[in-house]
Amino acid sequence: MNQEFKKTTFRDDYTFYNSPESIRRFPFPFWEDKYMYSVNIEPHVKGPAGSVYEFPIDINEHYVSEMADRAIVLKEDPLRCQALPHMMLAQWDFLELLMTSMARDYPQWFSLTTEGDHWHWINKPLGIDQKFTFGDPSTLPQEPMEYIGRQCQGDFSIQDQRDGQLWMDAGIITTQADWSLDFDVGMNFMEWHGPVPLAHDMKVFDRALKFLLNLQLGQPVRRLNWTMTINPRLDTSPENFHKWGSDRTTVTPENVGDKVHLRVELQALFRLPRSNAILFSIRGYLIKLRELVTVPKWGRRLPRVLGSLPMELIDYKGITRYRDTTLEWLAKYDDGQPTSPGGGPD
Amino acid sequence: MLVDGIKSRPQYPGLTADAFAKVHVFAADGDGAQAVIDLFERQGRDINGRVIVVYADTAPGAPDYASRLEALPVELVHCMPTVATAITRLVGVLNVARMGTRIYASGTETMIGLTVQLAQELGMDPATVITEHRGSRARRVQCVHCKGMTENVTTNIVTCAHCGLSLLVRDHYSKRRAAFQGVCVDAEVRGEIPEITEIFK
Repeated sequence: MNQEFKKTTFRDDYTFYNSPESIRRFPFPFWEDKYMYSVNIEPHVKGPAGSVYEFPIDINEHYVSEMADRAIVLKEDPLRCQALPHMMLAQWDFLELLMTSMARDYPQWFSLTTEGDHWHWINKPLGIDQKFTFGDPSTLPQEPMEYIGRQCQGDFSIQDQRDGQLWMDAGIITTQADWSLDFDVGMNFMEWHGPVPLAHDMKVFDRALKFLLNLQLGQPVRRLNWTMTINPRLDTSPENFHKWGSDRTTVTPENVGDKVHLRVELQALFRLPRSNAILFSIRGYLIKLRELVTVPKWGRRLPRVLGSLPMELIDYKGITRYRDTTLEWLAKYDDGQPTSPGGGPD
Repeated sequence: MLVDGIKSRPQYPGLTADAFAKVHVFAADGDGAQAVIDLFERQGRDINGRVIVVYADTAPGAPDYASRLEALPVELVHCMPTVATAITRLVGVLNVARMGTRIYASGTETMIGLTVQLAQELGMDPATVITEHRGSRARRVQCVHCKGMTENVTTNIVTCAHCGLSLLVRDHYSKRRAAFQGVCVDAEVRGEIPEITEIFK
């Protein structure tokens, strides 16, 4: 992806859109015509060139715009970035993983040179040139997690591992699907997943936790999650729910294609080397339904999935008010033909 | 819009004596005193070493819990007028606590929650606090929007004491905040508020 970075917005006038290439590489999350929770975890290995799986950290055409949006969120609400005191080593682990990945996989934009603990980081798209001492927070303008988190797409939380549990003890979370880092910080895996319906009874979290506690260094894993968002709004936080919640009432048969977005999270988990913590990256992708239906397979499949969702999930994902209008609009794209297995376009 | 039975909701299994503790610190409010008295009746011989009680005397109807607590084989009962003053006193007690100290909390969810929060802030494992719920189910609610705390919430929906939004009180609970989460209930359509009922009595 050697494109220009777009200058679009995720608030106010909402000028966000995807290029045709960006649509083709969208990680469509439904591999069959229905959806239910599962521990759909797979190795986070290198995928096809140009795909969102090509590199561990995916940087795309929205990079500069997303970082500008993150800066606005952090300016208005610094509590979106928090780290408990014992997480400093994990913060450095996190910074190292991001800088080395980004510099290795996108040398045209990022460079990292190291001489012992003396590091030199250059971020060309954001115009940053920083020399610092690895391990010394006073040599960076922010703590390491915030510093590099402001320069990488996706939300990040860092989990400490102790007592056979994972504890969400740090995070930089500005594009979340309706959960609060400030409220959840310090919770364990079961606690922060508390509000998710159905999945607890299915033992999804027990199995996922057992799996993650054994996550190995150098063998990251990934899964997709999804929800729907009205307007291409990244900051769908509970903190601002009273500001964006009413958007859900603005969907009409005329504006479905432009207003309703499928929001997919490519979630990846990495074991960190020094702290033994686990990094959870939540890389969000937005696509307008008008863009989505340009892929015929997705246009067929999405109405089938939305039409067969359990009521609890519809409520939990906040789709209730506009599901019917959306389904009516999508109906014309489902010609009844069978769809091929897997999520990718035909 | 929101579901019941959330897993972060604390469980209060009831007080049991730690026979190996050298110091027993009881934090209680209101009818929580009765849980302490019951424990001594049930397991008094397992409670060895020093016993210190910090009690918020908030029980309605003045059942004279304070003197009943003082009648127990305890070193000292700090009898305080409110939960807030009791927690302040508890800070002082725990600041000089040593290895082998066991903390018990009984009474309202707020009293238990603030005790667990304090234990955590002092570097103890919050899971080691032994808890028993007694009395009111009123909740301490944090507004997710302005972060303000609203105390003694007994209804499913409450007006935030700080920013004035109507909040739906969820079961989602944070030990660090010692509070349940409140989320704007009419964010989608302002003024569209479900029936308000008293459910946390």
